[in-house]
Amino acid sequence: MKLAICAGPATTGKTSVLRHMIRKLQDAGDQVAFLKIDVQFAEEDEIFAKEFGIPTRKVYSGELCPDHCNVMVLGDALQWAEKSGANFLLVETAGLCLRCSPYVDGGLGMIVVEATSGTNLPFKIGPMLSLADVAVVTKIDRVSQAEREVFRSRIQDVAPNVKVREVNALYGIGIDPLVDALHNQVDTWDKMLLRGNPPVGTCTICVGKKEIGWQAHFGVVRSLENQNFYRGE
Amino acid sequence: MINTITILGGRSRSGIPEAVERIDLKMGDVVSIVGPTGSGKTTLINDLELFADANTQTGRRVLINGERPPLEYRDNPAMNPIALITQHTTFLSDLPVVDFLTAHAGIRAVKKSQIDEMIQKTLDFANQLTGEPIVLTSRMTELSGGQTRALLIADATIICNTPIVLLDEVENAGINRTRAMELLREYRKVFIFVTHDPRIALLSDYRIVMQGGSITKVLYTNEEERVFSLKVSKLDDLLSAMRDKIRFGERLTTHELEGLA
Repeated sequence: MKLAICAGPATTGKTSVLRHMIRKLQDAGDQVAFLKIDVQFAEEDEIFAKEFGIPTRKVYSGELCPDHCNVMVLGDALQWAEKSGANFLLVETAGLCLRCSPYVDGGLGMIVVEATSGTNLPFKIGPMLSLADVAVVTKIDRVSQAEREVFRSRIQDVAPNVKVREVNALYGIGIDPLVDALHNQVDTWDKMLLRGNPPVGTCTICVGKKEIGWQAHFGVVRSLENQNFYRGE
Repeated sequence: MINTITILGGRSRSGIPEAVERIDLKMGDVVSIVGPTGSGKTTLINDLELFADANTQTGRRVLINGERPPLEYRDNPAMNPIALITQHTTFLSDLPVVDFLTAHAGIRAVKKSQIDEMIQKTLDFANQLTGEPIVLTSRMTELSGGQTRALLIADATIICNTPIVLLDEVENAGINRTRAMELLREYRKVFIFVTHDPRIALLSDYRIVMQGGSITKVLYTNEEERVFSLKVSKLDDLLSAMRDKIRFGERLTTHELEGLA
């Protein structure tokens, strides 16, 4: 199983980027499963199921922080994708939190940002950008070449190890290298770790337990199948 | 240094090999891409941006100076060969023009002293394309449509170091197109116009004709077209003079076309 986790602020084009990736993966004969994690509303799962005939799911994080929810359900989700016959799992996160990042070692971490969000954005978004493998910059046809270049150089300033890929997600221009990166991704394994340190807090994840899967956590947890429940003394 | 960018033909959507097997875009060429909506212009741009190596849906290959470019070209966005200006492209910044251009020139200039020179050149270039001169202290968001377009083109030509500047249907932008085409020829770049404007097409060295996802032919502007282009430009000017009259509440008469004879 190969995994990609896609983050990025709302309306930047995460879904459009993933749509082109799914199409290209399917063209290459790959079996893709898709998981959407959002707070209270999402329909990408239904859209992709209809459009591509692939197994899809969504999880509403509700009271949980969405990136927290991602840590909880990802272990189950990988098993679900496996059972569904997929060899690729694409996870689209809610992309709300600028303090956390949902990427795990063993999965391709993608952040989708739009060139139209202003040249200071790279300075503002923290680990969601700096811990990604690739920063996908959308809406490049909307801004001047000058702003596109300044935006790019500022991403490289704050995140020198993150690859920058500029795409037009409307037409699918520039998507192929993302698909190549996913093909070249190592397979996932058991006991994968969250890549970043979450902010200071009191839940097991917030205090630094980064194991994937609710079984490794205490307090209020949830599985892919159940709502929140309490685990512990 | 890049001297030529070569496109080697692939196949159409239905799998038929492209009629044109090879196009060499040489620095200094002014080129038009023509073809109806859906004819494959966007995928051609994609192939150029990705330095396609028979690994996109078209099967085309792109060579630099006749050779396969290193993979680093594709992975490093700073090597992206195309500066893109579309109808939707605009400036978002609300900085004064001079601060904005300084920020852009700052990431391009090797020496600080080059920055002022780049800015002045950019401004001079832009002001030859637009009726109302751009003032360095005005804010980017205060520029008119024509000024914005003129500055986009000037900035992409002078401050950017991409070998290709691609202008996608910018004809209705309120800039002096004939002057633009003259000025662009002074720069060692490939200028590609995606267009259906006869004036721009005939002022180009050649036009790449697209249909059904593939390049069907390359038409070099011939002598007859070159001579005729003067009349096309004249007709175009007359039409724009008529537009101005309508704009200012005047009546039109048959005399408007007298200049055409």
